[in-house]
Amino acid sequence: MSAPATRAAPEITPELVAEHGLSAEEYEQILEILGREPTFPELGVFSAMWSEHCGYKNSRPHLRTLPTEGPHVVQGPGENAGVIDAGAGWGIAFKIESHNHPSAVEPYQGAATGSGGILRDVFTMGARPIAVLDSLHFGSLDSARSRYLLDGVVRGVGDYGNCVGVPTVGGEAIFDPVYERNPIINVMCIGVLRLEDLMRGRADGVGNAVMAVGARTGRDGMHGATFASAELDEGSDSRPQVQVGDPFTEKLLLEASLELIERRLLVGIQDMGAAGLTSSGTEMAARSGSGIDIDVALVPVREPGMTPYEILLSESQERMLLVAKPGCEEDVEKILAKWDLEAAVVGRVTDDGFFRVRDGGEVVAEIPVAPLVNGCPTYTRKGIEDPEVRRRRELDLAPYSTLDSDEEASASLLKLLDSPSIACRRWIYEQYDTTVGTNTVVGPGSDAAVLRLADSGRGLAASLDGNGRYVYLAPRRGAHIAVAEAARNVACTGARPVAITNCLNFGNPLKPGVYYHFSEAVAGLGEACRALSTPVTGGNVSFYNETPEGPVYPTPVVGMVGLLEQLEHVIPSAFQEAHSTVLLVGSTKDELGASEFLAVCHGVVGGPPPGLDLEEARRLVDFLVACANRQLVLSAHDCSDGGLAVALAECAIGPRNGPLGVEADLAGDVPAAAALFGESQSRVVLSCNAEKVEKIRSVAAEFGLPIAVIGAVGTRDGRFRVSAGGVRIDLELDRIVQVYESALPRRMGQEAGLTT
Amino acid sequence: MKVGIVRFPGSNCDQDCYRAVREGVGTEAVFLWHKSHDLDGCDSIILPGGFSYGDHLRAGAIARFSPIMREVIAFARDGGPVLGICNGFQILCEAGLLPGALVRNDSLRFRSHPVRVRVERTDTPFTTTYREGDVLVMPIAHGEGQYVADRSVSERLEGEGRVIFRYVDSQGEATASANPNGSARNIAGICDAGRRVVGLMPHPERAASKLLGTDGLGVFQALLAHRRPDAEAPRQQAGAESRVMETHDRAGAAS
Repeated sequence: MSAPATRAAPEITPELVAEHGLSAEEYEQILEILGREPTFPELGVFSAMWSEHCGYKNSRPHLRTLPTEGPHVVQGPGENAGVIDAGAGWGIAFKIESHNHPSAVEPYQGAATGSGGILRDVFTMGARPIAVLDSLHFGSLDSARSRYLLDGVVRGVGDYGNCVGVPTVGGEAIFDPVYERNPIINVMCIGVLRLEDLMRGRADGVGNAVMAVGARTGRDGMHGATFASAELDEGSDSRPQVQVGDPFTEKLLLEASLELIERRLLVGIQDMGAAGLTSSGTEMAARSGSGIDIDVALVPVREPGMTPYEILLSESQERMLLVAKPGCEEDVEKILAKWDLEAAVVGRVTDDGFFRVRDGGEVVAEIPVAPLVNGCPTYTRKGIEDPEVRRRRELDLAPYSTLDSDEEASASLLKLLDSPSIACRRWIYEQYDTTVGTNTVVGPGSDAAVLRLADSGRGLAASLDGNGRYVYLAPRRGAHIAVAEAARNVACTGARPVAITNCLNFGNPLKPGVYYHFSEAVAGLGEACRALSTPVTGGNVSFYNETPEGPVYPTPVVGMVGLLEQLEHVIPSAFQEAHSTVLLVGSTKDELGASEFLAVCHGVVGGPPPGLDLEEARRLVDFLVACANRQLVLSAHDCSDGGLAVALAECAIGPRNGPLGVEADLAGDVPAAAALFGESQSRVVLSCNAEKVEKIRSVAAEFGLPIAVIGAVGTRDGRFRVSAGGVRIDLELDRIVQVYESALPRRMGQEAGLTT
Repeated sequence: MKVGIVRFPGSNCDQDCYRAVREGVGTEAVFLWHKSHDLDGCDSIILPGGFSYGDHLRAGAIARFSPIMREVIAFARDGGPVLGICNGFQILCEAGLLPGALVRNDSLRFRSHPVRVRVERTDTPFTTTYREGDVLVMPIAHGEGQYVADRSVSERLEGEGRVIFRYVDSQGEATASANPNGSARNIAGICDAGRRVVGLMPHPERAASKLLGTDGLGVFQALLAHRRPDAEAPRQQAGAESRVMETHDRAGAAS
């Protein structure tokens, strides 16, 4: 629906209530809270705050079960971003956000504003954003629609971050037909701050000025929060609900905000994101147990004639709401003016616990803050596993377990390297500025990004991982794997994983099958985070990711942050030296279920995802950190999608000075397909100098991990030779490089490496 | 020796240049605000990369009219060394201090990756530390980096030895495949007729530390040899100010 342009407020009817996405029961509750019928602006405020997006009505009971505390956590969930203590007075603020629905209808602006919002969430904490990672899930690139979406999203993420000057340093890109019309676009931002500069979204101090700063308020993006809380239906034409971003204004707002915080002029600050002025104002008051009294007539607007309803719910981008310290209003205005931005006092902090909205003096809304912000009704539903999921999980995989010949093994590897979910992502990340800020020590194309933590000599590592197929087939185990893989990726660099942010992308929670996936996955996330001592510092839930064809795979995305005590100990993922020794940590089992191999080579989504022992996953992390600290290994690479053969290929393709061959032989009686392409968990490919082998073995024994020498790194003119289960892959190095690097450019209509 | 780094609204490599000068070379650096008319007694000026004024209209088109640019132009006409990196190069071309223009990459996409550039001439204030023919690795990150100039201009540039950096391959050859953006004659950087103003698209400040590579450091080290004769002695920087670098967020106040 769209709000009327005139000031004549419509009558509140059951139809109008339903159009606002509120049930009859919820409306009854509103009547009870107010003790009267709501005004039209009040109905809009409740609608936004009690939307799934802001109110977490179907997720909150589950989210409460997640671990949120730990020795490193300075700020857990409930703020604009989580913050961890990185030592020596430094903090790291980080958070993830989804922009799935906007990106489905307008990929460029949808992705751009997603980046903008998450950057603001981080710099309102007083942190300077130093990196962005993105998790992108699209349909098959055989479809023109998916290519259009990928192109637009990559340009959107790139143009926004590039202009603001925050590098995009990593992430993932997954392609599967289930995401065809509902892509998953999650953006994570990481910022660095001195802990004494930590700022929060609070409205303390009766009489303090509430100020709107940054861009003016317009009619764009009305009802974005409500929009994000419904399914995309046939012929969804929702463009007016998609906001338009301006990264230049964002850059100015970033510099101005950090200057305001550093000059100690603020009590609190919050992005006017989803549900704009309404959510920022009420959430800040709720955190402080205070009230806020604002006059919409004082809000700088883009056009005349905007109604209170519109001003309250506008989602115009690049705006902030802040509470100034007493007597600091003028200094705030001066700093904003220096950056060519506007600031206006729009209200005051009160102590009566009400969100009171005036329009030139006349009160148009008066709602008690606590029940509005924290009283959103929550629902615990009954989830039931869809029998189809179970049928697929129990699929007999025996027909796929053998590879008949060396040729079939080689061809399978090439097919996997050509799969866009595995292939080289250079086509994507070369459109992102990955090095601005001069903090990027390890950029895209590795297990995890590594960034320098100012000049402290310390570093941080970050990765973003999800695997919708695993979670679809076995949600609890899939969620375990998502956390464990993210931790492993971070630990491969030598960093110790310390905390996560998560983005939970699911279908319609009112459907029992979706709800089952959701509740199981959240339970799994909690278990894994406890086992790995990586608490959740915040996140985002995105429901209703479905179209008439059905929901996307349940796709929890885990953003893991780790700390590297000594940056010079960072371990690369690719091989480094010819003739060095190759080792495999972990056990390779007969596990082919849910693999990329089945999907790509046989068109099968089925079987159980690989098993995961959380306790072993934790020991593996400890082992990797120990190897880095003792400087025993030359490289460490996680074994995941595509199994050991793909992991070895990535190690061989990746060296900075050009690819290196490899000769490896995996002993054992695991059938060929599972040995080469199965995705058994808690495995890492290491390379080291020969004299370090025994030392590494003893460290592995110390942590109770199986380890084996499986081969040696070859030379630049060597071949790629890997034997297992009685078959042998034997390919020219240049062939695997060419297939791996051309997969994306070929599908996107550009040949790899051609620039003129 | 004092290096002035101009901050336009939308500059985003200003802090990186500051770090390269302060930490890489160990000399004084100050920020110069775009609304100012004061070059603060600097011996050389850097126009850093970024998206000045949001690249609205055309990259660098608005920045050339900012108050500080009037002073930078006068400084350059007076023989002062001026370096423009990426967006700074675009601004120098828009301001008429360097000939030609930088237009959209021929791929029509933003491109960000390491490139190799060959040092063609060492007789500018920013290249004296190199040898002719040195091949340097540093990143590019731009959407509008295709250098274009009409034939007479580019022939004059070649004839006068004013092509300073050229995109090359691993063999040091200026091949088409080594050209990341379609620049005429693989041009990555040029200088003005007086050889005091240099612009380049790659980012030497992103390759000016042990951690990230040191190939670009020479560009800043070369500045040490170019102190204005009338400049006052360099002031000692207090240790407490190192936090300016660490948090990046005090520069606004410093400017």
